Amino acid sequence: MFPNSRLLLAVIAVSVVIIAGCAPKKSPNTTGATGAKVQITGAGSTFVYPLMSRWSAEYEKNSGVQVNYQSIGSGGGIQQFKEGTIDFGATDVAVSLEEEKTFTRPFVQIPVVAGTVAVVYNLPGITTNLKLTPSVLADIFLGKIKKWNDVRIAQLNPDVKLPDMDIVVVHRSDGSGTTYIFTDYLSTVSSEWEQKIGRGKSVSWPTGVGGKGNEGVTGQVKQLPGAIGYVELSYARHNNLPFAAIQNASGNFVLPSEETGMEATAAAVERLKQDIRSSAVNMPGENSYPITGFVYVLLDTQPKDKTKAAEIKKFFEWVLKEGQKMASELDYVPLASEVVEMSLQKLAEVQ
Amino acid sequence: MNETTTGDPTAPKVRTHNRAATFWSDRLFRAAAVACASVVVLLVLFFAYELWRSSELSIRTFGWRFWISRDWDPVRERFGALPFIWGTLVTSVAALIIAVPLSLGTAIFIAEVAPRWLRQPVSFVVELLAAIPSVVYGLWGVFVMVPWLREHVQVPLSQRFGHIPLFAGPAFGVSMMAAILVLSVMIIPYITAVSREVILAVPQAQREASYGLGATKWETIRRVVLRYARVGILGAIILGYGRAVGETMAVTMVIGNRPEITTSLLQPGYTLASVIANEFTEATSPLYLSSLTELGLLLFIITLVINALARLLVWQVSRGEVQR
Repeated sequence: MFPNSRLLLAVIAVSVVIIAGCAPKKSPNTTGATGAKVQITGAGSTFVYPLMSRWSAEYEKNSGVQVNYQSIGSGGGIQQFKEGTIDFGATDVAVSLEEEKTFTRPFVQIPVVAGTVAVVYNLPGITTNLKLTPSVLADIFLGKIKKWNDVRIAQLNPDVKLPDMDIVVVHRSDGSGTTYIFTDYLSTVSSEWEQKIGRGKSVSWPTGVGGKGNEGVTGQVKQLPGAIGYVELSYARHNNLPFAAIQNASGNFVLPSEETGMEATAAAVERLKQDIRSSAVNMPGENSYPITGFVYVLLDTQPKDKTKAAEIKKFFEWVLKEGQKMASELDYVPLASEVVEMSLQKLAEVQ
Repeated sequence: MNETTTGDPTAPKVRTHNRAATFWSDRLFRAAAVACASVVVLLVLFFAYELWRSSELSIRTFGWRFWISRDWDPVRERFGALPFIWGTLVTSVAALIIAVPLSLGTAIFIAEVAPRWLRQPVSFVVELLAAIPSVVYGLWGVFVMVPWLREHVQVPLSQRFGHIPLFAGPAFGVSMMAAILVLSVMIIPYITAVSREVILAVPQAQREASYGLGATKWETIRRVVLRYARVGILGAIILGYGRAVGETMAVTMVIGNRPEITTSLLQPGYTLASVIANEFTEATSPLYLSSLTELGLLLFIITLVINALARLLVWQVSRGEVQR
């Protein structure tokens, strides 16, 4: 019997270890207790990560407060914030009303910065900015316009000699806020897109190939003559890919940039005041770039740890004031002053 | 040791003491080995349970249709696994078809043909391939292989043989073909290294007997060495296959990530592992998450079934050996 009971014991011991490992872990509570260094932890959007790192480095220099940010993706950020394992979440897509109902504590969503999505392409010998209207763009991504010398593209660009080449759509294969902003835009401007495809971080693309990450899409567009894709502006710039001027709601063809993105955020402020979840795509305004979106942070409005909450508030106040200057250096879109004002009011809801 | 070899009258006593120590160290060793083995078994059971539990919602919602549906629409929450199962099976099996002859040839070369001084360098280079991280394979695939493949292989293929379904459609570069090639390169070192060891383990007497009967080198390799080593070689192939089925990063980067069932090697596809890696981080709705987990469960089941079939094959082969 002895060897058998030994075996049993071993199995039990191992099971205990495994089960203990599965127990929900409490997050390390790095509170700002007397003397201890304050640490703020956040997680979420990969899009905002480079800027967030810059913010936290600069802020630590000024205040000594450490901000740790993990870029695990917006979905993960929302999830972890919901479970209360982090102090703030960051997401490229506002938490929907439906999702908000599943939260057990009150929170607020605050836009902290914005970004533009550029439509990039690879046409041998063509480095100029093509002009595209919303309907042409939607039909390209729907697979209805198949050739670059299609009459609808040619009409918009009479000065450009378009090649007789197949259009290859390149989209993101991983779930991403960039895809959400882009498909949100296409759904807003094209009812066919909205009905057939819709908006989401991952959608069922009617045509084309998928690349992983902004770098994956950039890489494929760069290598594939005839390709068209959408990436964050900084990727288009750093890879010297030409990008399109998109016709906005006021009828002007506008290129993505800090200024045109900022104008779009200013145009969106009234809608945001009514509903923070409103999208900022296809905003009117002479120079507002239509494919623009916000990054939101999620904060508890009634946090338990008041001293820490005060530090978090201070950090985001700094982000909304000083931090905006750093945004354009990294190809993000700083918020227009109206939006900053609104965000500061939202921040004041944190008690 | 010193005490037992002194040979003084106390020796037997010391020996009993040692025997007792041996007894306990044996016990301890046994317990440790059992513990290690149970960790592995329990982990597998735990994985299976956890996968099943997390995919319950999807299983209840879609049932068997999940296995045969071609839809993958996260917006409308309609999910089906067939294109991913197809992509996984096609890429891994095709990779095996390319990698097995190459690997076996290399293994035979290293073990039987190459001069002694060349064995180590060649083995080293092959094993180096195994040490390259998969993301590096992916990057190499995207920036070097895919553009080359498109220009020099796919474009001519689609122009000349476009009417054959296997090579139909436009050449994107990223494709099932690219994934298959990257996968074959990745699994070659595994199959080669294990096969080489197995071939080297064939007793020299077997070879000598064969030569003694007047067989040539090739006949000896084919009829004696490979025959003797076949169970081990099968094991090597299974190891390679397991790696091909589960490979994520490199495949995602070159396959084009399109959930479609295509018979053309030039068209993009998608695998189970890739879609999980791509979409899991941003999946928020419960049904979406659950469906992705069910894909994981399917991958788990596919691996299990293949392993079981391989076991069966090994068993059949080795039983035949004994009977003969």
